[in-house]
Amino acid sequence: MSAQAIVEKLKGKFSAEILDVVEFRGETTVTVKKEQIVDICTFMRDDFGYNLLCDLCGVDYMGKSPRFMVVYNLYNITTKQRIRIKAPVEELNANIDTVSTVWGTANWHERECWDLMGIKFNNHPDLRRILMPADWEGHPLRKDYPLQGPDREPYKGRLS
Amino acid sequence: MGIEQPRTLGSGLITTSLDKIVNWSRASSMWPLTFGLACCAIEMMATGAARFDLDRMGILFRASPRQADVIIIAGTVTKKMVPVIKTVYEQMPEPRYVIAMGACASSGGIFDTYSTVQGVDEFLPVDVYIPGCPPRPEGLLYGLMKLQDKIRAERNTFGAAIGVGDVIHNRA
Repeated sequence: MSAQAIVEKLKGKFSAEILDVVEFRGETTVTVKKEQIVDICTFMRDDFGYNLLCDLCGVDYMGKSPRFMVVYNLYNITTKQRIRIKAPVEELNANIDTVSTVWGTANWHERECWDLMGIKFNNHPDLRRILMPADWEGHPLRKDYPLQGPDREPYKGRLS
Repeated sequence: MGIEQPRTLGSGLITTSLDKIVNWSRASSMWPLTFGLACCAIEMMATGAARFDLDRMGILFRASPRQADVIIIAGTVTKKMVPVIKTVYEQMPEPRYVIAMGACASSGGIFDTYSTVQGVDEFLPVDVYIPGCPPRPEGLLYGLMKLQDKIRAERNTFGAAIGVGDVIHNRA
C-alpha cells in the first residue's frame, strides 16, 4: 500500500485529529493532535503493519506555540516502508500519553525524552531519568538550558 | 620555636638508603588500574601492547583497584561517572597516584558542557597531567616516567611505611 493510500485511510478514520500532511522527497509526515495518539499508533501498527518504532524523540521549537513536538518514526519491516507521525505538545502542562503499550521499545525512548526535554508521558510504567544522574535538575536539551550548566558563567567567545 | 619540622626518621645515611629502596621498588612496579573511559583508553591499550610494551618498565595493568597503585584517568569524565571513579579510587591501597591522561581528563577538553567534569582534579589529587587528544603512547610513557621521577624523589617513605611521620613530596 502506498503512503498516500495509508494517509487517506488514516484521514478517514481520524479526520478530526489530522492537522497536516507533508510529503517531502519521498518522506511522508503526518501531524496529529496529541489526544488520541495511542489510538492512532495502534491503528498504524495493527492495520498497516508498522511493527517497529525506529525512534521517538522530542523537538523544542522555542518561541513558537505549541513549543514542543513529539516525533514518532515508524517502520514496516515487511514492506520496508517508513512514515513519520508528529504530535505538538504545549509548554505549559507538557504531557502526552505513552505509546509503550503499543511498542515496548517506546519505554526507554520516552524516558530519554522526559529526561532531556521534560515532556511527561502519561501512564508510563517507569518514568525515570535514563541518561542524566537521578538527582539532576532541569532538562538539558531544552533550548533555554545553559550549555555549560546552570552553575557556570556562559562562554562569551574568545577574549583575545 | 622556629618553623615546625615535619616528623620523620631524619635524613641519616641508613634512613635515606631505606627510603631509596622503598622508592625504587615503588617506581619499578607501578601497577595501573585497567580503567578506560573514552578514546584515550585505546592509546593506553596500545601503550601496554607489544610495540611500546609497558611490561618492560614493570607496569602491569591490574583488573582490581585493590591491587593497583596508579589510576590512569583515560578519557572524558561525565558527572554521572564521578561517584564511580571516587569509589574505585578509595578502594585502592595507599600510596596511590593519579594520572590525568589527555585533554578531557585534564581540563574537560572540547566537552565544555553541562554533563562533563572540567578536569578530574575537581575531585581527585592528580600527580601527572598528560596533554594531547589523545596523547600518543610516547606521551603516556613520558607521563609514567615523570611519575616514576616523582616517586623516586619522595622522602621519608620508609618512615611512613613503619608509621613514623608522613611522606614528604619533593618536586621531581
